[in-house]
Amino acid sequence: MSIKEWPLWEVFIRSKQGLNHKHVGSLRAADAEMALENARDVYTRRSEGISIWVVESNNVFASDPSESQEFFEPADSKIYRHPTFYDVPDGISHM
Amino acid sequence: MNQAHVDFVLRIADDSLILGHRLSEWCGHGPVLEEDIAMTNIALDLIGQATSLLNHAASLQGEGRTGDDLAFLRFDREYRNLLLVEQPNGDFGMTMMRQFLFDAYRTILFERLQSSSDEMIAAIAEKSLKETKYHLKHSSEWVIRLGDGTEESHARIQESLNTLWRYANELFYTDAVDDEMRNAGILPDLSDLRQQWENTVNHVFQEATLTIPANNWKQEGGRKGMHSEYLGYILAEMQYMQRAYPNMEW
Repeated sequence: MSIKEWPLWEVFIRSKQGLNHKHVGSLRAADAEMALENARDVYTRRSEGISIWVVESNNVFASDPSESQEFFEPADSKIYRHPTFYDVPDGISHM
Repeated sequence: MNQAHVDFVLRIADDSLILGHRLSEWCGHGPVLEEDIAMTNIALDLIGQATSLLNHAASLQGEGRTGDDLAFLRFDREYRNLLLVEQPNGDFGMTMMRQFLFDAYRTILFERLQSSSDEMIAAIAEKSLKETKYHLKHSSEWVIRLGDGTEESHARIQESLNTLWRYANELFYTDAVDDEMRNAGILPDLSDLRQQWENTVNHVFQEATLTIPANNWKQEGGRKGMHSEYLGYILAEMQYMQRAYPNMEW
């Protein structure tokens, strides 16, 4: 076996109609077609899904953990962005 | 009991059983984790088909035996599988080539058997066809990838083709069993089986830049219970537990 590894792919699966695709994990494959088949074999053996997306991990542009202070913390002090300041009228259930 | 009917079911069942066992030998030894799981999935599909078919054969026999008895307590000469499916795994390319030659045949067979007058066979064929279509997709893509890959992968899978080609002719073996099954409506018309199979195979080999070997030597015998030296070893491993500890369950 060659030491050079196949590219890494991220796998997203839609569990049933109407739901969104969710990230379930990653795997290695030489091309997109192989990635799709490997995802089918590795992640849907127990009927976990009806649709699969694969994206080469290289194509994921991620936020930088070292910037998390300026990136995420400002939102913490803005509790008014949550719709928690409304009185729910009587008679409305399931809220 | 109709012996031809039993033999006919055993031929299909034993192909699944022996190839399933061969593929299961890869479990934990696959070239990469993903492919290890893929091959194990295919092996499990085949063992599942064998279970349904052997149970059916046992009930046709009507002698109180079960599918398990047929799988684990027959002698080598009583197995009806193709010589192709008992051939050793070799390298990964050899395994994929064996699988491809078989899948291309099996897809057509199951397509046709869906209209069998034996309703059990028709139902098993319908369920198995979905599995087999995927097996064919998987194996044909690997044959193309390796054939049209690097210089080494091309040379090695061409060598696999050269080795296995002599067993391909047995896919189209017919005898009195087939005639009787056709007359009974259990076996639908398969007169164009070879032509259909060659269409698939030629198309894939062209993309894979592989050449069918000129050597025309053809080996057959499995359908009549005459096997290569490999089947005995497979059965020794498969049947050991049931022979050593009769009736044990786990």
